[in-house]
Amino acid sequence: MLGADDAFGLPAGWFLENLWLVALIPGVAFALILLFGKKMPMKGSGIGIASMGAALVIATGAAYQWVQRVDAADGHSEEGAFGLIRGFARSLVPQAAEGGHAEPFVEPVTNTWVWWSSGGLEFTIGSQADGLSVLILWLVAFISLLVQIFSLDYVRGDRRYTYFFASLTLFSAGMLVMVMAPNMVQLILGWEIMGLCSFMLIGHWWEEEANSRAALKAFWTVRVGDVGLLVGTAIVFFGANAWAQDNLGMTGFDIEAIQGWALSGEGSHQVILWAAVALFIACIGKSGQFPLHTWLPDAMAGPTPVSSLLHSSTMVVAGVFLVARIYPVFWTGFNIGTGGLSFIAIIGGITIIIAALLAFVQDDIKKVLAYSTVSQLGYMMLGLGTGAWLPAVFHIFTHAFFKCCLFLCAGSVSHSGSHHSFDMKKDMGGLRKKMPVTFASWIVSTLALTGVFPFAGFWSKDEIIDNVGHAGYEFLFWVGLGGAILTAAYMTRATYLTFFGEPRGAAAGEHHVDEEHAEEHELETLTVGARTMGETVEELTADQAGVGYSGGDEGSDDHQEGSAGDEPHGAGGHSGAETGDDHQDGPHESGPLILVPIVILAFLALTAGFLNATPLGESFEKMKTYVEPRPAAVQIDELNASGPGETVIQVDSRFAPGAEEDAEGAHATGCGFEAPEPGSVCFFPAVSHAEPKFAKIMLSLGVVAAGYAGAIAFCIFYYGRRDKRLVGLTERSRPLRGAYLFLKNKYYLDVLYENVIVHAIAHPIANACNWFNQVVIDGVVNSAGRSARKTGEWVYENVDQTVVDGAVNASGAVASEAGRDLQPMQSGKVNQYGALLFGAATVAAIVLVIVNVN
Amino acid sequence: MYAANFLILAAALFSIGVYGVVARRNAVMVLMSIELILNSVNLNLIAFALMNDTIDGHVFALYVIAIAAAEVGVGLAMVLMIYRNSRSIKLDELSRMKG
Repeated sequence: MLGADDAFGLPAGWFLENLWLVALIPGVAFALILLFGKKMPMKGSGIGIASMGAALVIATGAAYQWVQRVDAADGHSEEGAFGLIRGFARSLVPQAAEGGHAEPFVEPVTNTWVWWSSGGLEFTIGSQADGLSVLILWLVAFISLLVQIFSLDYVRGDRRYTYFFASLTLFSAGMLVMVMAPNMVQLILGWEIMGLCSFMLIGHWWEEEANSRAALKAFWTVRVGDVGLLVGTAIVFFGANAWAQDNLGMTGFDIEAIQGWALSGEGSHQVILWAAVALFIACIGKSGQFPLHTWLPDAMAGPTPVSSLLHSSTMVVAGVFLVARIYPVFWTGFNIGTGGLSFIAIIGGITIIIAALLAFVQDDIKKVLAYSTVSQLGYMMLGLGTGAWLPAVFHIFTHAFFKCCLFLCAGSVSHSGSHHSFDMKKDMGGLRKKMPVTFASWIVSTLALTGVFPFAGFWSKDEIIDNVGHAGYEFLFWVGLGGAILTAAYMTRATYLTFFGEPRGAAAGEHHVDEEHAEEHELETLTVGARTMGETVEELTADQAGVGYSGGDEGSDDHQEGSAGDEPHGAGGHSGAETGDDHQDGPHESGPLILVPIVILAFLALTAGFLNATPLGESFEKMKTYVEPRPAAVQIDELNASGPGETVIQVDSRFAPGAEEDAEGAHATGCGFEAPEPGSVCFFPAVSHAEPKFAKIMLSLGVVAAGYAGAIAFCIFYYGRRDKRLVGLTERSRPLRGAYLFLKNKYYLDVLYENVIVHAIAHPIANACNWFNQVVIDGVVNSAGRSARKTGEWVYENVDQTVVDGAVNASGAVASEAGRDLQPMQSGKVNQYGALLFGAATVAAIVLVIVNVN
Repeated sequence: MYAANFLILAAALFSIGVYGVVARRNAVMVLMSIELILNSVNLNLIAFALMNDTIDGHVFALYVIAIAAAEVGVGLAMVLMIYRNSRSIKLDELSRMKG
């Protein structure tokens, strides 16, 4: 179908053309695990890991070939300016300011099959390889592989071990399907597979009611957003289809067509705006943005590998990815290019701050990380909402490494250090000496998350903040910096509580009574076992309130009920499965299967940032070269002539990127600012890039340092020395107490959703439905029933008894009479039969003669 | 006149055959009568073939002879079996299958 090279010698390559294998292999692996997993020696986990390994190999090959392709395109444009760069009078226009030459558009490599066509509309499935999809595919495959390796040890002996790996594999497959989607239909497919798998995995230990509630909450909250996705897709389709068919020969579902349509200037702005709003609502639900972020922290009910995968590279990133994928729709719809204060940026800004504040009052280490994820997703959205496309995508990339690492560290701590508890205040503390490798990885990832030079987060997050300021959003710039302070502070608190100070609870070797119970669990039914554990933990909670925190921290202890409710999953969920593990020894370092993924991720958290280290100069901006689509206007003729996946370029040099960079008010030309010439099409807007300035870097580093300093001081005085002036402050001061409760109750959003909205809306609806049901429907049904009964009776008497029965009886009688009359003919005498035969033949002959004569 | 002779002979044979089938009790005689009927038909076929100067009638006649041979074979075998079972081949005594 696709040649390796096109006329211009632009290589596509086997991996780029067969990128669909990346998603197909885990999909098939899912089926295999489900069907044969239990009989395999590794209970199916081997299949999952092998499939992720294969996916990673293909994704790596694709990444390599994409780099070659881009290099080839760039090389061509420099040497063959006559042949390749057509367009208007290139010589009259000076070379583009930034790169010295106009960067050519590199056509994505797509490979699709039609699986259904209806009314001339073809629905396709396949893969689209461009910088963004190859990057995220590689990331997903890589993180999934590490997480599955981590899970080998972490969920060893779990009662649904095989199903766990099956769901985990399908989860990754769903994300891969979505990322490579060449059209919106396939994107929705992958999106929904992920929604289903997140439900299955969050509710993995569904025997606990809290867990299954969390799973349902995650599912329904995301569904609320999904309505937006369907509506948005429909709007885009009806808006773009005609244009796409006329100009590109594609349908309104194809992502390239949508990108081109949104920048063509021919779509109605109103339509694009509403499509962008609807699609962004989907992203709010999926990516846990305010106000639908409430499901993400609850999703911590799932096993830690799930949280890790869900928060780093799959699921929550899907929303950000959707915005990045069809960025032109949002760009045009929200006027991002012209400095409009976009919906996306506002939501992102709000999310950064509220989630970071919530992270301060969490005692569960995973919930701190969950709110941290929400906050970081806010950064990504902020970046996308203000035109900082590349930093936002780069932040997806770096964030995946360090957030995955942090979650795996938390899993390691709970697995080996705190006896399956995630409560930092009760069961952790002082673990840095017991678990040195986990501690070191945690510190590296924390530094990366908070954006300290030279860790990965610094290069991506600071770029977002810098670009937000550069694009002129002064207020959001400060919001970003404020978020950075808060990030540093809450991570310091979590680090201090987990790894410093005096060991408490399980971390001090105090074992819950689990040891004996763990044996019993095997015998008892699961639910009873879980309930027993819950009680045990609650008793202990009461005990330890006195031991660990002798009255000091009432503010939190008052609310232990809430966190105690969350806790049993750690203990109860595991302990049935964890027999034979070596927990008698107290806290210790985890085994190699857990540590190796953590160390690899920590290493990447340290180094991944150099892939796009903008402040270090042009040669470090690998992401910009290979991932960011080129905002060049392409001649449609070129695009169609060269067949799928093989076009290079055609730059209309007035649209050359970088030309708009020189002056401040120069947001005026290029793709996304004005409509492309007739006969050419843009696929990506000309986003601007901030020039790195030393002062800005120092400002953000200083801000982070201030956050660290304040938080460390607070932790030492408050948690370490129990300073009288700080301890119990939330008790003494009314406003502080109010603020504390406000945060502790998560801004009362859950109350709002569950009590106010559900009660105010759902209950009247339910009542109205009930009334309607009782009065109208039942009335209709009853009267229909009565009249049917009447009709039935009449029919029985008149039709059934007389007509039908009469006919049946009569036909029976006729048959019987005829039989009796014909009986004598069967005499058994052959002669008589012969006579009859010949008699009949004679009669027939006579008839024939008479007929023929006449 | 020439053709009518053939046809009259055939009709006479046919009538004799029909009489034999209807009136005779002996099963072998009935089979022989059936042979007469078939041969009268053959005679007709050949007569018409000569009259029309075609070969179709001859072909049909040969075909009928072959079928008749098979029919007589099966018929005599049945008669033999009937005789073994009931020691009689009188057709009017063989009415056990009457309705």
